Amino acid sequence: MITVKDLTKRYARNTAVDHISFSIEKGQIVGFLGPNGAGKTTTMRILTCFMPPTSGTATVAGFDVLEEPLAVKKRIGYLPETPPLYPEMRTEEYLSFVGKLKGLSGAQLTERVNYVADRCAISDMRDRLISKLSKGYRQRVGLAQAIIHNPDVLILDEPTAGLDPKQINETRDLIKSLAGDHTIVLSTHILPEVEQTCERVIIINKGKVIATDSVSNLQNRARGGESVIVEVAGRNGDLDPSAVVSRLQSVSGVSKAVFKEKHQTRNVFEVESGKGRLLRGDLARAVVEAGWDLNELRSSAMSLEEVFLQLTGDQNPSAQPAESAAKGAGK
Amino acid sequence: MHSYFVSPIAYLLLVMFAFVFGWFFWIILRSFVEYGMESMMRGESFPMNLNEQVVRPLLGNAGVIGLFVIPLITMRLFAEEKRSGTIELLVTSPIRDGEVILGKWLAALTMYAALLLLVALNFIFLFRYGNPDWKPLVIGYLGLLLQAAALLAIGMFISSLTRNQIVAGGATFGVCLMFWVVGWVSVSGGGFSGATWAEFLSYLSIVSHNESFAKGLLDLKDAIYFITLTFVGIFLTARSLESLRWRS
Repeated sequence: MITVKDLTKRYARNTAVDHISFSIEKGQIVGFLGPNGAGKTTTMRILTCFMPPTSGTATVAGFDVLEEPLAVKKRIGYLPETPPLYPEMRTEEYLSFVGKLKGLSGAQLTERVNYVADRCAISDMRDRLISKLSKGYRQRVGLAQAIIHNPDVLILDEPTAGLDPKQINETRDLIKSLAGDHTIVLSTHILPEVEQTCERVIIINKGKVIATDSVSNLQNRARGGESVIVEVAGRNGDLDPSAVVSRLQSVSGVSKAVFKEKHQTRNVFEVESGKGRLLRGDLARAVVEAGWDLNELRSSAMSLEEVFLQLTGDQNPSAQPAESAAKGAGK
Repeated sequence: MHSYFVSPIAYLLLVMFAFVFGWFFWIILRSFVEYGMESMMRGESFPMNLNEQVVRPLLGNAGVIGLFVIPLITMRLFAEEKRSGTIELLVTSPIRDGEVILGKWLAALTMYAALLLLVALNFIFLFRYGNPDWKPLVIGYLGLLLQAAALLAIGMFISSLTRNQIVAGGATFGVCLMFWVVGWVSVSGGGFSGATWAEFLSYLSIVSHNESFAKGLLDLKDAIYFITLTFVGIFLTARSLESLRWRS
């Protein structure tokens, strides 16, 4: 749906986006993740034909942003960081104004206004002046505006910025519910947001893409495989950790098992598996069959936060994942 | 094609709020008319000529008042959109920049025309109680409209340069004023030696070009002056909007 190749945007002094490439398939929700100033907004503005790239190409639904901007704009719904609202208009008036801008008219326009107002739960506020709406409602009006012409692609720039936790949840749910009909690209610097709403994530830092992958793969890759915390207790309180380690290691697929710590009767072990192996079931059986008690068994996949910090933090450790990420994106 | 018609209408909604301004100016103008009529009634009993004594000064003054109203109309056109971020909506909508610009310019012109129309209500009284010649009046109006078209285009350009309405309004007012007073030089000599300078400056002056219209003369030379100015304003706005895309 969206293909970006070697996209570069230079301002007078600095390079905001530096030869980035990625592609997004139809129907996906993709998170565009990066610290402030990483080039997220710039990339989105190029995709929405707000500004032309310095070099490189970007196509949306097969149309080039430079050559056929009108065709691209027709297929994109865009919610900038600050919703583009006219405070002196009423909600309904505003929606039909945007609808007309996007080329709707007549019965179709009325129908779409009704539909998006309903979809974004702003029907109660239709006659309210936009200047009188709360921030959460404004954000929803902004979303309604973005989907009014039923675009193939939705581009949302920090859709939850500045909302309270309840509103953030509501907005996220709304975005998720829109996923079926639209390809969604949303940018954020809030990690849990990506974990909760997105299927794929593109991590961008200092104008460069440093990783693209599915959320779950990215979490796994940072560790190379599944990592499981196993807590084992002996029947009578005494337990030989080395026996447990060797027992755990004998489970097929385990690449590494270590004894981590002991709190009174709790013995904590960490087990790592090879790539793509899920072995929690096997581990549980192994422990129980040896006659020990299994107190806890949980996957300790790194949170996206750790992955993110690892990738964006030091330049050196990030160099390798970045390369494998680029390869991963290629196929 | 379709959105071309849509956008001006839609912008009209925005500009509706400027009608409040229009109201004020209508009152001012009406009091002016009343004053004009009063002085007429008080009758320095010259041979009365409505066209000479009321219509022409009135149109001339309407032109000058226009200099004050125009910054108020144009200052928000782009500055406000840039400030509130709604410019992103316009620029990312499937319409051309030219349509946005023409739409806004037409809306501003319609707004100004509506203002003139309100003022025209006063002329109804003139026709009711007097017998003015209507042709100079129409030509005078045309002159006002052409003058406004040019100044509105320039005001729009200035508005597209800044995100601050006050700056846009102030600068436009300054430019309007310059266009007005620059003609005085030719009258007073203004310290500029050489008839060429004075001639050039008085050619630049808006007011001198409007005078013939107010007199009821349709002078092609003056019409071309206004139309050229309009095109320059619209062209510069288009360039400015384009540079906004490259820079921001």
